[in-house]
Amino acid sequence: MLDAIDVPSLAALFDPIPEKYRLSRPLELPAAVGEQELLAELERLAARNASTRTHDWFLGAGTYAHFVPAAVDALASRSEFYTAYTPYQPEISQGTLQAIFEWQTMLCGLTGLEVANASMYDGASATAEAVLMAMRATRRARVVIGAGLHPHYLEVVRTYLGGLGAELVRAERGPDGRSAPLAPLVDDATACVVLQQPSFLGPVEDVAAAAEAAHARGALCVVTVAEALSMALLRAPGDLGADIACGEAQSFGVPMGLGGPHLGFMATRFQWVRQLPGRLVGETVDGANRRGFVLTLATREQHIRRERATSNICTNQGLCLLMATIYLALMGPVGLRRLAELNLAKAEYAKRLVRATPGLSLPLSAPGFNEFAVGVPDAAAAALARALDAGIVAGLDLRAAAPELGPAVLVCTTELSGRAAIDRLVAALAGRPA
Amino acid sequence: MAEYDIPDDLRYTEQDEWARLEDGRVLVGITDYAQQKLGDIVFVDLPAPKTRIDQGSVFGAIESVKAVSELYAPVSGRVIERNEELAERPEMVNEDCYGDGWFLTVALEDEEEYESLLDATAYRKFLEEREE
Repeated sequence: MLDAIDVPSLAALFDPIPEKYRLSRPLELPAAVGEQELLAELERLAARNASTRTHDWFLGAGTYAHFVPAAVDALASRSEFYTAYTPYQPEISQGTLQAIFEWQTMLCGLTGLEVANASMYDGASATAEAVLMAMRATRRARVVIGAGLHPHYLEVVRTYLGGLGAELVRAERGPDGRSAPLAPLVDDATACVVLQQPSFLGPVEDVAAAAEAAHARGALCVVTVAEALSMALLRAPGDLGADIACGEAQSFGVPMGLGGPHLGFMATRFQWVRQLPGRLVGETVDGANRRGFVLTLATREQHIRRERATSNICTNQGLCLLMATIYLALMGPVGLRRLAELNLAKAEYAKRLVRATPGLSLPLSAPGFNEFAVGVPDAAAAALARALDAGIVAGLDLRAAAPELGPAVLVCTTELSGRAAIDRLVAALAGRPA
Repeated sequence: MAEYDIPDDLRYTEQDEWARLEDGRVLVGITDYAQQKLGDIVFVDLPAPKTRIDQGSVFGAIESVKAVSELYAPVSGRVIERNEELAERPEMVNEDCYGDGWFLTVALEDEEEYESLLDATAYRKFLEEREE
């Protein structure tokens, strides 16, 4: 290689780097070990992780612990499906395209909208793309954001808007936890309002009012959903007037995976289909009238439209999308709704217990889905440490996200939360023996 | 050069739009050359009435099965009317680009802008040079 680039020695190659930045001693690495010893060492390290297998799990805040049926992995691991994206010669992979088409179709059902794309990176980037899309559709550059947007989503939106000269306005949080009304913040320069449903701290937002406020000034209403299972129970964003629904679908059969890869989604009204970023799969018939699937409206995409494409920073999540599609097909509409009801029932049970427990409180009174803030008697970090000692990952310390609540923990209950585990959680947060 | 219809009574841009002045309004569309090169038109994205467009600037986009192309305003002014029928029947651009396939009417502000456009002879020459 040195010959090829015409450099006499390795030392000469590194010459341009000043002496003081160069390491002059050998790296301190442990001696090489055999495969058997290495595997044992990695297993020892892995065993130090807390997971849903080792702990009772009440941490949500954007990544949710749900049961994944074995069929999801078994089917998604088939080698015929092994690609993270749509293939580069997509039409030859009819199975992959069909899975994406089914995903788009189910997502339209869940969101109450007319057209969905072939997925996006994750909930945060999908939200940012939805904002960009609204700015394109309205040719406006002001964005009104509800109080309950996930702080990470907000960061990503800020990053995406960084170079575009857009103005970002945030609503205050009302006393019951819902966003203050957005109407006073919306003007004729506003591209969209963005509401997270349910909000980051749990309360269910008034999407219909936000949509009305947006439409009164010619703006679009974007609803972003971090806990996709909630859509099986709450009224669909599209039915409440949302123009774009987006968010995170990791809850549908995708493992938490230390925070990724996740599964962004986006759906909209047909009116805006040409502004929709990402790939779209359509159904058609071939010359012999047989059903087939194609990539459609690809002329909006970056490989054709370059800098004028609907997005230059998105792709689809082929494998995660496949898992979610299999998951949704297994659950069916009735199963999914029953699962969502179970999640809600667990949360309501936990809330009742919290209310009855001295030292604990529910600072936000608005109804929610499966996640809620719990006021704790001492520092949230101390309450979380107490719970961890008892084998419980109790939730998220809200010190950074909502300091005005006082010491509080964001708790999430799902179908994995057994009644005894909830009882132990509440006792640990309160600092009492279970 | 291949056969392109270039009516004598129209003006043209180098981006292949045509313009026709009638009673202070300018009718705008794309030329036969453009529609032949683009192939089957599937969508035309046009600005709403009252939108201001500026000579030489992008005012919309036209999508064929092959590509999406920008549309450039031949003159400046406010949009009076757009061809709403194109939403349902974009193929009219292929079938009759100088008639039913028109895009917009614009209230002309400056007659000199219109006069600055290419006439049929100059546009034909421009196409011949481009095709070489």
